[in-house]
Amino acid sequence: MEGLTLSDAEQKYYSDLFSYCDIESTKKVVVNGRVLELFRAAQLPNDVVLQIMELCGATRLGYFGRSQFYIALKLVAVAQSGFPLRVESINTVKDLPLPRFVASKNEQESRHAASYSSDSENQGSYSGVIPPPPGRGQVKKGSVTHDTVQPRTSADAQEPASPVVSPQQSPPTSPHTWRKHSRHPSGGNSERPLAGSGPFWSPFGEAQSGSAGGDAVWSGHSPPPPQENWVSFADTPPTSTLLTMHPASVQDQTTVRTVASATTAIEIRRQSSSYDDPWKITDEQRQYYVNQFKTIQPDLNGFIPGSAAKEFFTKSKLPILELSHIWELSDFDKDGALTLDEFCAAFHLVVARKNGYDLPEKLPESLMPKLIDLEDSADVGDQPGEVGYSGSPAEAPPSKSPSMPSLNQTWPELNQSSEQWETFSERSSSSQTLTQFDSNIAPADPDTAIVHPVPIRMTPSKIHMQEMELKRTGSDHTNPTSPLLVKPSDLSEENKINSSVKFASGNTVGQQQTGVVAHPPAVPPRPQPSQAPGPTVHRPVDADGLMTHTSTSPQQIPEQPNFADFSQFEVFAASNVNEEQDDEAEKHPEVLPVEKASDPASSLRVAKTDSKTEEKTAATAPANVSKGTTPLAPPPKPVRRRLKSEDELRPEVDEHTQKTGVLAAVLASQPSIPRSVGKDKKAIQASIRRNKETNTVLARLNSELQQQLKDVLEERISLEVQLEQLRPFSHL
Amino acid sequence: MAVCVAVIAKENYPLYIRSTPTENELKFHYMVHTSLDVVDEKISAMGKALVDQRELYLGLLYPTEDYKVYGYVTNSKVKFVMVVDSSNTALRDNEIRSMFRKLHNSYTDVMCNPFYNPGDRIQSRFVSLGRAFDNMVTSMMIQVC
Repeated sequence: MEGLTLSDAEQKYYSDLFSYCDIESTKKVVVNGRVLELFRAAQLPNDVVLQIMELCGATRLGYFGRSQFYIALKLVAVAQSGFPLRVESINTVKDLPLPRFVASKNEQESRHAASYSSDSENQGSYSGVIPPPPGRGQVKKGSVTHDTVQPRTSADAQEPASPVVSPQQSPPTSPHTWRKHSRHPSGGNSERPLAGSGPFWSPFGEAQSGSAGGDAVWSGHSPPPPQENWVSFADTPPTSTLLTMHPASVQDQTTVRTVASATTAIEIRRQSSSYDDPWKITDEQRQYYVNQFKTIQPDLNGFIPGSAAKEFFTKSKLPILELSHIWELSDFDKDGALTLDEFCAAFHLVVARKNGYDLPEKLPESLMPKLIDLEDSADVGDQPGEVGYSGSPAEAPPSKSPSMPSLNQTWPELNQSSEQWETFSERSSSSQTLTQFDSNIAPADPDTAIVHPVPIRMTPSKIHMQEMELKRTGSDHTNPTSPLLVKPSDLSEENKINSSVKFASGNTVGQQQTGVVAHPPAVPPRPQPSQAPGPTVHRPVDADGLMTHTSTSPQQIPEQPNFADFSQFEVFAASNVNEEQDDEAEKHPEVLPVEKASDPASSLRVAKTDSKTEEKTAATAPANVSKGTTPLAPPPKPVRRRLKSEDELRPEVDEHTQKTGVLAAVLASQPSIPRSVGKDKKAIQASIRRNKETNTVLARLNSELQQQLKDVLEERISLEVQLEQLRPFSHL
Repeated sequence: MAVCVAVIAKENYPLYIRSTPTENELKFHYMVHTSLDVVDEKISAMGKALVDQRELYLGLLYPTEDYKVYGYVTNSKVKFVMVVDSSNTALRDNEIRSMFRKLHNSYTDVMCNPFYNPGDRIQSRFVSLGRAFDNMVTSMMIQVC
């Protein structure tokens, strides 16, 4: 449509009228009821009014944007002047008088009118309460009998505008508010704008904005607001004051700029209105939605749980598929609950669907809850989302909504606006998707979560350790403490443990094994040691330094024992050994949490080298401990491997735990080493010798255990084969 | 990259299954079906260990000549199975994990929809639930390695 050019006087007049009608101060959308009242006051026949509304595009949109309003006013002026109502007449008719609106009682308005002609600026301050034109009943049910759905396209526009006619009777159909019922489907032609979509279930009475001629929309605010400011201009607008047509106001231009040169009026109308979001929620609608929200959830800042929303929307009798789609669109943050904005958006979509509009692929911008990051992108030019959106900035950007992809919208009618739409939504959705994606990453699944070790009690092994300890203390050679004190490396511990095991007599091994048998509870702890191989790993590694073989066994074996020991050592309140063991045990639990999932192999190897290089210097003891701990990273894989190995080694675990206990005991004593650094060197050397002996013993023990391990593995393999053979049958 | 994606419910019936090469779809269905056994085996094996440490990502279930099958199970025993072309050598384990993670998130979104009854098929044909899920799966399938 060609740009609407208004004179200054007209501009002021129109803007004042607009603000008059803009009772909700939206600055963008005029309340339909007011507009219709205004038009009624223009003393034009109903069909003319309808035609005007149709021409200006409000019927299609369902509400009056500023541009529509201005156009309508111009058309009113045209009609009042007796010119045929045509789109082109808006600009072509020169020297149009200002449109005249008569109100029953308001002189001030007329004064206003006069003031316009005199170019005085009188913004707002419409005073006087103007009771609605008689007969305009306050809403009531559905009476839109007068569906005055006179054919909009009635070419009846020729009716000359009669100057002062008694105020038109209010539309017979008392404007029904959408609050009340009834919607007359009659008005619901294909052109029924979205905003007016009819109510489908009882309480939902829709204020149809331009549909059945203005009548339907009268209601809006059922009782006309007390401060209804009537723009009544009793006296004829000055005709002489029409100045040359100035370029349209900026506002008009902004609203109209999207207009492309079109041929048909409809196209023009659509284009001009394309900038106005068809999905926008009018104030009336929003108010209704808010009321409905309150019935479910009194707190406007609260949420409606999904189940309640489901019941509510199921009442609309839409198919479940569509309801779920609406939900996907409107649940912006994907939390399974609806905030006020989400609820309004969902309600609006339901209304749209009920009226025959296809659901969009992605949420229209105007329905999006106002998010902080959206405000920039969404605010393209003038059409903002509903002003009423509140509190949504609180909502974090949708955490995960893949439902906001940048799909192409397929609007039923607005082909042109769709492009703009997509740009908006793409822009906004892209920002959203970015944020969404980030938050998608955030709740990473356990795979990426850092596996933190969990300290585990080694209660069962304590029993073993006690045995070991007893045996060890019984043994002469082993004073794990003293030699160990001297010897920095963990080797001493292990050696001692092993030696103690051995010394306790050859029976010890057997005893251990029998002990193991006697202690079925030893089995459970096994997984634990394996899981927390870390801290103790370095100790067995030191022992391994002597043991040439083993790259694998020490991993398994040493891991298991180590953990148990320390806690057990705490238990033992023996002499120095216990003390020192306690110290070390204390250290180990600290290490345990850190190194739970450490890679035994690497750590062992590292510790091995460490131990070898550092050779019995008391000072290195702590270094060993630290080094042993550092290489222990917590990758999940070793955990699994250990778990599996545990299963495999289950039959052998007993022995392993025994050895574990031994090793642990040995290792536990090590922390004491650093302290004893200051002791005489002879003792150190003696302890070194003893440690070496224990090392060899441990090495031997290790080899034996390896053998056992291999045997057990073979057994396991055979069992697995049998299981595989049996399995197919079991699954049948 | 993924040639076939399937979501299997706890009772081992499919909630969603989709393959890219539309020909020979039955073969993929069969592969997914047979992989369920492997999934169950892995679940039970891991179940012996501490349950809370059970990994959701099961890893490579079994490789065939042309394809590799990966599995993922949620805590509610809903299984995701993905069949990948073996020629995609560049497909690393981490990428598979991330794809499963996205699957899981999309599945969660479908679950959040109150109109979705757990146990229903995730229909993406209609303008309905599963649309986003399907789109996400599509994006995974047409991803360029």
